[in-house]
Amino acid sequence: MDEPILSIRGLTKTYRNGPRALDNVDLDIRPGEIFALLGPNGAGKTTLIGAVCGLVRPSGGTIHAFGHDLSRDWRSARARIGLVPQELATDMFETVWRAVAYSQGLFGKPHNAARIEEILRSLSLWDKKDAQIRALSGGMKRRVLIAKALAHEPELLFLDEPTAGVDVELRKDMWEQIAALKQRGVTIILTTHYIEEAEEMADRVGIIQGGRIRMVDEKRAMMERLGTTEAVIDLTAPLTQLPEALAGFGAVLSEGGTRLTYRGGNGQGRGRAEVAQLAQALTRAGIGFTSLDIHDSSLEDIFVGLLGTEQEVA
Amino acid sequence: MHFNPRSAFAIYQREMARAFRTAFQSILAPVLTTSLYFVVFGSVIGARMEPVGGVPYGAFIIPGLLMLTLLGETTSNASFGIYMPRFTGTIYELLSAPVGVAETLAGFVGAAATKGLILAAIILATARLFVDYEIAYPLLAAVYIMLVASSFALFGFILGIWADSFEKLGIIPMLILTPLTFLGGTFYSIRDLPAPWDAVALVNPIAFLVSGLRFSFYGVADVPIAVSLGLTLGFLGLCTVIIAVIFRTGWRLRE
Ligand SMILES: Nc1ncnc2c1ncn2[C@@H]1O[C@H](COP(=O)(O)OP(=O)(O)O)[C@@H](O)[C@H]1O
Ligand SMILES: [Mg+2]
Repeated sequence: MDEPILSIRGLTKTYRNGPRALDNVDLDIRPGEIFALLGPNGAGKTTLIGAVCGLVRPSGGTIHAFGHDLSRDWRSARARIGLVPQELATDMFETVWRAVAYSQGLFGKPHNAARIEEILRSLSLWDKKDAQIRALSGGMKRRVLIAKALAHEPELLFLDEPTAGVDVELRKDMWEQIAALKQRGVTIILTTHYIEEAEEMADRVGIIQGGRIRMVDEKRAMMERLGTTEAVIDLTAPLTQLPEALAGFGAVLSEGGTRLTYRGGNGQGRGRAEVAQLAQALTRAGIGFTSLDIHDSSLEDIFVGLLGTEQEVA
Repeated sequence: MHFNPRSAFAIYQREMARAFRTAFQSILAPVLTTSLYFVVFGSVIGARMEPVGGVPYGAFIIPGLLMLTLLGETTSNASFGIYMPRFTGTIYELLSAPVGVAETLAGFVGAAATKGLILAAIILATARLFVDYEIAYPLLAAVYIMLVASSFALFGFILGIWADSFEKLGIIPMLILTPLTFLGGTFYSIRDLPAPWDAVALVNPIAFLVSGLRFSFYGVADVPIAVSLGLTLGFLGLCTVIIAVIFRTGWRLRE
């Protein structure tokens, strides 16, 4: 495997008069991947990003980016990192063009109008280039922030809740933008509390809660756990064996043959569709049932599960 | 020591653009205040005043008035320049950039010095409408104005980092700078004060600033120019050190 582009060890942050926002976080990010940091509000996502980008002073631990220790070689590392913050903090009276040109200069790059034009066009901001930022909609302001973050051509880009409060259409659009960035070789770390988003975008997912990384895994593996549909069907009469027609669903009999349990799906509705097919197949086979209970496992289940184990340990 | 001139220039340009966006206000306000002072103190009262140290009263008050506006404008301008990004959250960009205290100060303070010179030129042009005067050492005056503008830009910068409300931002210029400038010999020579007030007045550091600028204008001063210059440089150095410490510790900048 490649050297990690970002390597975090034992990162801890306790705010003054505040909670322990990060608790001994270890995390490695691989070059070129999209990593989704998934967690509820207050989990510590923004704090983690802040610690890497220089907005938050860590209370403990180390951060290496591009092999540089951030506590010493922050200059060379920061020049290669971009940040799109969670809050829509923009210079309201500045025009889009000037705001992006400023970012380019601030990060030490020579003025490059062609590059700015390319960024603005790719984000559909070109016809707004001379507009004052305050005149733009929320979604457009978010794009301006992205444009600013891209102006110095970062190799590692943080997107803190890029689609929070963005409508469905824009969200899809944003996902395409992010995919395009990945195509160009940018490593992306995004935070979200939408499973759907992690699912759509990420190569790997990390779940953070209460300042701790609860699990990090390939999205596929994670989604198998996150995206399961479970259906429990109580049958009118016990079966000793499943009929041939039902074999393909992978359902299992229990409770002396009176209960049929299905587990499967991909977190994208396939599970529910299969349960519907299963129910129809049961009817066709003349097998009656008294109840059908469907449950999609969710991020919440995982959290509850994680919290449960933590309480047992405590 | 790293220094990235492009970053510093980006900050400088943005600070200048900010001033030009509100150019109407930044030009009109000092023109208006200066005119009012000249109408009241220069023409109406000044007509009945004796020359001070051989300088006609109307001309005598120019350096003091210049200092009054320069200190107020520079301090509040610089304090707003850093307070607003903290307030709106746009400071995230400065903090996440490969930019250290050197670039930040070069950008902010360079812009403040430039604005100070422009402001001084506007005030002097306005004054010309009311009284005749000649500047004895124009180069010294320009350098001195830039030094004072830079020092108080640094001071305003500290103020803008310290303040956690708009009230606090306004309180120092209003409650400290303006009174001290008034008492610092803007409208009189502190040598003319009766004892012991002439000595007490020298506790006020701004008296040295006014005196220094007046020397560069007319070659007369309440205290030696070297003392004024030294004090200004000392203040500049002190503010720089304070800001370097603020950046190092991240006080009020980084959580
Ligand atoms: N500036 C701050 N001062 C004190 N506590 C803070 C500050 N910022 C965040 N916190 C606390 O730290 C925890 C993590 O917050 P945050 O990193 O913003 O979470 P997330 O981005 O996952 O919603 C929360 O409990 C939050 O209240
Ligand atoms: Mg957050």
